[in-house]
Amino acid sequence: MIPHMKPSSGAHVGAKASVSHIMWQVILAISPATAFGILCFGWPALNTPVIMDGSALLTGWLLAMTLPPWAPWWIGVVGSGLAIILGKQVYGGLGQNLFNPAMLARVALLISFPIEMTTWPNVSPLFFSHSPGLFESWHITFAGLENIDATTGATLGFIKTEFSQNHVLSEILKDYSGFLNFIGWTRGSLGETSTLLLVLGGVWLIRQGIIQWYIPVSLLLTVTVLASVFHLMDDQHFVSPFLHLNSGAMMCVAFFIATDYVTSPNTKAGQLVFGAGCGLLIFVIRTWGAYPEGAGFAVLLMNAATPLIDHYIRPRIYGRDRKGKPLEIPKS
Amino acid sequence: MYVLSAIVSLTLLGLVLGFLLGIAGKYLKVESSPIVDELESLLPGSQCGQCGFPGCRPAAEALAEGNAPATICPPGGSALAEQIAALLGLDLDLSDVKEPELLVARVSEATCTGCTRCFKVCPTDAIVGAPKQIHAVVADACIGCKKCVDVCPTECLQMHPIEVTLRNWRWTKPTLPETSNAVC
Amino acid sequence: MLSFFSKPRIRGGVHAEEHKAVTATQAIVNSFPLPEKLYIPLQQHVGKPAEPLIRVGDKVLKGQLLAYSQGMISAPVHAPSSGIILDVNDYPAPHPSALPIRMIVLETDGKDEWLVAPQIGDPFQLTPEDISLRVGAAGIVGLGGATFPTAVKLNMGRENHIDTLIINGSECEPYLSCDDRLMQERAEQIIDGVRLMLHGMTNSQGANLHSPEGGRAGQPGMTNSPGANLHLPEGGRAGQPGIKTTNAVIAIEDNKLQAYLAMQAAASPFSNIKVIQIPTRYPMGWDRQLIRYVTGKEVPVGCRSSEIGVTIHNVGTAYATHKAIRHGQPLVSRVITVSGGAVARPMNVEVPLGTLISELFKFCQVNSDQIARIVMGGPMMGESLPHTGLPTVKATSGILALTASELKSTDEQPCIRCASCVSVCPAGLRPLDMANNIRINQLDVAVDIGLKDCISCGCCSYICPSNIPLVQYFKYASGEVAARQQAQHKSEQTKRLIDARNARMERIAQQQLEEEQARIAAKAERERLKAAEQEALV
Repeated sequence: MIPHMKPSSGAHVGAKASVSHIMWQVILAISPATAFGILCFGWPALNTPVIMDGSALLTGWLLAMTLPPWAPWWIGVVGSGLAIILGKQVYGGLGQNLFNPAMLARVALLISFPIEMTTWPNVSPLFFSHSPGLFESWHITFAGLENIDATTGATLGFIKTEFSQNHVLSEILKDYSGFLNFIGWTRGSLGETSTLLLVLGGVWLIRQGIIQWYIPVSLLLTVTVLASVFHLMDDQHFVSPFLHLNSGAMMCVAFFIATDYVTSPNTKAGQLVFGAGCGLLIFVIRTWGAYPEGAGFAVLLMNAATPLIDHYIRPRIYGRDRKGKPLEIPKS
Repeated sequence: MYVLSAIVSLTLLGLVLGFLLGIAGKYLKVESSPIVDELESLLPGSQCGQCGFPGCRPAAEALAEGNAPATICPPGGSALAEQIAALLGLDLDLSDVKEPELLVARVSEATCTGCTRCFKVCPTDAIVGAPKQIHAVVADACIGCKKCVDVCPTECLQMHPIEVTLRNWRWTKPTLPETSNAVC
Repeated sequence: MLSFFSKPRIRGGVHAEEHKAVTATQAIVNSFPLPEKLYIPLQQHVGKPAEPLIRVGDKVLKGQLLAYSQGMISAPVHAPSSGIILDVNDYPAPHPSALPIRMIVLETDGKDEWLVAPQIGDPFQLTPEDISLRVGAAGIVGLGGATFPTAVKLNMGRENHIDTLIINGSECEPYLSCDDRLMQERAEQIIDGVRLMLHGMTNSQGANLHSPEGGRAGQPGMTNSPGANLHLPEGGRAGQPGIKTTNAVIAIEDNKLQAYLAMQAAASPFSNIKVIQIPTRYPMGWDRQLIRYVTGKEVPVGCRSSEIGVTIHNVGTAYATHKAIRHGQPLVSRVITVSGGAVARPMNVEVPLGTLISELFKFCQVNSDQIARIVMGGPMMGESLPHTGLPTVKATSGILALTASELKSTDEQPCIRCASCVSVCPAGLRPLDMANNIRINQLDVAVDIGLKDCISCGCCSYICPSNIPLVQYFKYASGEVAARQQAQHKSEQTKRLIDARNARMERIAQQQLEEEQARIAAKAERERLKAAEQEALV
């Protein structure tokens, strides 16, 4: 006789995916882009993701992806701390938070330390003679930058600054190379550099079934449509959709940040709405807002709307109508 | 000058509003709340005394005054506790409340003398029998008040836990293990 | 192409690892040694338990009625073999709790001697009512696991003018292959059972005279397309124009090609029976999912499928119907899949009802050291059993002896709101919200957002990356809601009893008071008379 076993209900078998499996897959997917970022900006970039306990690895990583690569070390520390404490623990730990922790921390940092957060180095690849060596990188990270000359705003911020000096787009962008931007040879935070690698990582995640396509596609589509419409109306004051998609944290946000399980809606339709909302807000903030990059704010605002979306957009229950009333028997 | 006018106007405002509140308090007064009656109607009304109060009415009064928890009534169980909490607008956390083990009386046929004392005190007529005949308890009607046990001269009435059968067996609530955030 | 854009007919669901090939490729084993004792529960169906009509010590033959059905929804129980009745008493039930229920214990005599049943000629000469009476008397219940008495369903079919009879051959649960083998090996008998079921549902009153005729079928290439494209020809009673007939659709998941081919070959002579392939996706065999997929119609909540003109039976039930009507054999045995990692000889085996699982395990050489969990039914919806000293019943489609490595991890993690459970739920529920509310005892909220529409299919538990036992939360909550309703009911009942008692006490007190007053009055009257008498004397 086999010893008494306690009752357990189905399903007795299960899918292979576990929470940590999912987390590792996401980390794997952003690794190439990160590695490329480090390659572009050299060792100082590595120093940002400093403190991370096991649970927060992904959060810390995503935050690091959105910070300027040569940011002082304490930005990373404060940011990770904010992400974990404000973003996750005050809500009761994993799965309970209302806002995306990485974005919360980034926005908090952006508001608190505007200068440090908007100082973007030019590409200075690792192993190139003029790039900072490892020792120099420690110096940058801990003592701050001395040659500020090498740094200006990220692409969109740059355009915005130029706009304020009444330049038109065609003048501003004469040096801009879309291709370089696409592969990542450009200024920006770690996660903003290589559009190509980020898209590849994101597509791989969708293929793996870790994320669904609804949020990225609706987000990118919304931005593209809006940007196209405005660009066609006035191509001297509104940047092209290509530039929009290609620059800033767009891909990182679309594939890795907005798709965060905890803070996005539960249903397919809800996720489509969520993605479109993020896209709209990103475009609005980028175009008319005070900040060059609106992704963080956009995601946080839509996070706040997530419970509302979940409340109103529900799947229809079998045999019931959308309001939950039983269906009527069809008259034959 | 400005300071003075500010002080005067705020004082006046305070006085007027306070006066209005006073009037409203006097004329719009709600008569003593019918909450006790409502509570009493929720309670079983068997005056069994398991709550520690002499009857259902005193228990309802204690509930209304906030001197008793919503989980006061053992025969009512958590279903009643929820109703009471809803009525009083209390936050009820049943997870800390252990569901009281429900007991029913059972007659031991060997020692019953048929004295009829038990079924005279039973508030729900759950005991059936006749003089000089062995009595029996209808378990479905027994509320576990133990009054019969107290009067039984031969101790043949005893309280027993309700038997678990396939009809009333339930799945237990999954217990959440210690939450750890170490996911990776 | 248009169908691509039409409303999706399958919602949610998962594709679990099948584990079917190991048993689906070998023939049903018929050489199971007759157990010495059989434990036959009196309730193996939905409804009221059967009432025994034999006594301890009676000698019975195989197929003899042991307990008759009582009430509208019930089913009788027959002797699975010949022998002597040892006991009628409470024994552990095949249920996760293994609590006792009433069973008949039969000691077999080894002869396995059938009760001779009267032969009938052509069963299609019987009236439809007679068919369902015989099906009911044979103790046939839904063998897919629902165990609803089949005769009751046939009766409902006659009352509701069914236009489609769906035969569920999906067998979507992993591991199980008993229906698959049955279709491969006994296709003709199943088709015969389906025809008998169709006959049993015919409304002999000839109502529905103005129903439109189905178009002629047979468009090549359309055989596998579902639902609206399914034009079935006017069926078996084509000789009587104007009478609406029911068409049968046998739906088989497309991972069972052999079964599909066998069934199609067996069904080809009958124009009103159609065999179709359906996608392999659990829970395709959920009756309402299958109905939506095949007919495009959705069964409203709180209604039976017969109310929208559809009824659904399992292939095993059709086979049992064939045996009952053609051979007069009641339901006394069934094919069971014995599988799982701890089973050395996994197989489909036909066993008498009431066989103990321990005997099955001995025959299939189960390594008891490896067993981490015994499951009755499939691994998605089946229930765990605490030990092997429990009998198989009509509902037992499979017994799985699963090893620890096959089981889903029980290491529960916090919910990360990934909403996988929402996307796999075939009923359109939000399991994560329901479970969260149940965890904090907000059962009312859980009910409001659909707890009662949960079918416990297990998709959410299966997919959950945090290993949250969602289905157990829902089962717990449903039980708790039911218990509270009962408690509520009892409390009302108690109040009524107390009021009645108080009223009675008052009446008695009033009566006593009146009697007392009457006595006092009488006494006063007597004294008055006495005084008057004395006065008169004076």
